[in-house]
Amino acid sequence: MKKILTALLAAVMLLSLCALAGCGSSKTLTLNVYNWGEYISDGSEDSLDTIKAFESWYEETYGEKIKVNYTTYASNEDMYAKLSSGAVSYDVIIPSDYMIARMKDEGMLLELDFANIPNYQYIDESFRGLYYDPDDTYTVPYTYGVVGVIYNANVVDENDVGDWDLMWNDKYAGEILQFNNSRDAFATAMYKLGIDVNTTDKAEWDRALAELKTQSPLVKSYVMDEIYNMMESGEAAIGAYYAGDYFTMLDAQADGVDLRFYYPERTNYFVDAMCIPSCCQHKELAEIFINYMLSEEPAIANAEYIYYASPNSLVYESEEYQEELGEEAMEILYPGIENFSELYNAYAYQNLDSEMLDYVNTLWESLKIA
Amino acid sequence: MKTASRIYTALVMIFLFAPIAILLVFSFNESKSLSVFSGFSFHWYRELFRDSETLGAVRNTLVLAVSAALISTVMGTAAAVGIHKLKNRYLRAAMDTVTNIPMINPDIITGISLMLMFVFVGRLFGAATSLNFATMLIAHITFCLPYVILQVLPKLQQMDKSLPEAAMDLGCTPMRAFLKVEIPEILPGIVTGLIMAFTLSLDDFVISYFTSGNGFQTLPIRIYNMTKKTVTPKMYALATIIFFVILFLLLLSNLVDEETAQAVRAAREKKNARKKG
Repeated sequence: MKKILTALLAAVMLLSLCALAGCGSSKTLTLNVYNWGEYISDGSEDSLDTIKAFESWYEETYGEKIKVNYTTYASNEDMYAKLSSGAVSYDVIIPSDYMIARMKDEGMLLELDFANIPNYQYIDESFRGLYYDPDDTYTVPYTYGVVGVIYNANVVDENDVGDWDLMWNDKYAGEILQFNNSRDAFATAMYKLGIDVNTTDKAEWDRALAELKTQSPLVKSYVMDEIYNMMESGEAAIGAYYAGDYFTMLDAQADGVDLRFYYPERTNYFVDAMCIPSCCQHKELAEIFINYMLSEEPAIANAEYIYYASPNSLVYESEEYQEELGEEAMEILYPGIENFSELYNAYAYQNLDSEMLDYVNTLWESLKIA
Repeated sequence: MKTASRIYTALVMIFLFAPIAILLVFSFNESKSLSVFSGFSFHWYRELFRDSETLGAVRNTLVLAVSAALISTVMGTAAAVGIHKLKNRYLRAAMDTVTNIPMINPDIITGISLMLMFVFVGRLFGAATSLNFATMLIAHITFCLPYVILQVLPKLQQMDKSLPEAAMDLGCTPMRAFLKVEIPEILPGIVTGLIMAFTLSLDDFVISYFTSGNGFQTLPIRIYNMTKKTVTPKMYALATIIFFVILFLLLLSNLVDEETAQAVRAAREKKNARKKG
């Protein structure tokens, strides 16, 4: 027994030494990419492995080996904390709009050299001049999405469907899911009442709170990603989430559940965009990467994998992509918003200052405790 | 009374193992759903072995856990031997307390303070990035060390002090006496410490989260980051595999324990027999 153990230990030690040596010896150029989890086509289900494809494309085009270090984060705030600790260096990040505005204000982003990003021409005109980057100098949009209401047609009467009222309909008490995050939950009430979601008028927030309080007896639970399982299994019948995520639920719905989707008139829009943070070490390479992500094959693969709408015309005009998604999905994901930038600038979340955030959180706690 | 205690035991077992059983069953589900079992398939296992990012994270986690476990076992054993030899009672008590601090400290405090220290030292040397594999390794060794010491120290105390002395009387050098007499005597403690350090490092999230840098991400962090979308059933498959690997290690360690106990018992019987004869 002792001999076996010694042999085992020796083997383990050797292995770890090899692994360490492997880690240390790479001298090739490294690009550090920091993105949301599950937010890129990664080669599963026979899709394109975007990162690998970029590495080999780069080697073919420039005759030089590079390595992409791809890591992920779970929220904008996590990413912000990591970057502002000053302990890491990333070359490309993909935050959401309000976080971009904040990082830009704090000087954490670099201006892009669009000469290195010719594929930017394929980004739809309506994604120019959005509030977080009015002069289009820091960002290249990656995905966008619109919040809608998802419901189980076997429980909900089609006549009750429409706008945000469905989530306040007492006929469906105990079937409704509300966001478990102050900003998103308050927004549903504010869109319903027609209040500006970025208002700094505290009285308006109080009004929204009163609306949420009338809803709370009807709410089954306050959820974030638990919504997937609860909607798929039919445990709950009504909930608001992003259009792209509706299809994920549709794919996994149980027998006897018939999930449908619609957009309320006023609702939330988001854009996630690629940026280069000021700690970047290979700016040109980062721009080449961003440009590659906009080219046809990787852009389509990513859009099919993530299931969020793409602002890239190479994607939404592609027949292959339209066929893959199907007519219904295309209609829901791309509702043909003519005046996107106008609606977006009116309804998307903007960064609230810390005093307002504190106030909103106090209100939110009072709702959750009650 | 007997039925009551049986029911109680059954309940405890259910609460402990039902989650693992559910995970195991749904890792073989054909579809993504957690509510309907639509058919048996190895689909998610196939997907798992095609996911290079996840496999990379598994590799990172294993490399880190193995290195951290080995280094902290060597350091911890040496430290335990040193603490055991301390003659001054107060100094010994002080050393015991110092070793216990990292264990009692909440992970989040250990994590943040380590991160701050790495950043501070990194800045001192003008490095652009101060968090990498090495810093994570240091962090993991730091929190594994006290557990190893805690496993080895009691074995040293249980050991008959005259054993190494006898060996030296019979002509062993101190080094040889340590290697040939003391080490075999405390080996069960060392092995348990090694396995504990390995599993602790394997599933640590909080400290890794704060000390991870560019490009080196462990599995727990990767799974946590999947929550923007849903965690895919690939992860159920991975968790099932990990569960069985850990189970195997546990059985192995129990086997080692049992065998050394038997050897000790046999030796003692021999000694007694000789005394009588």
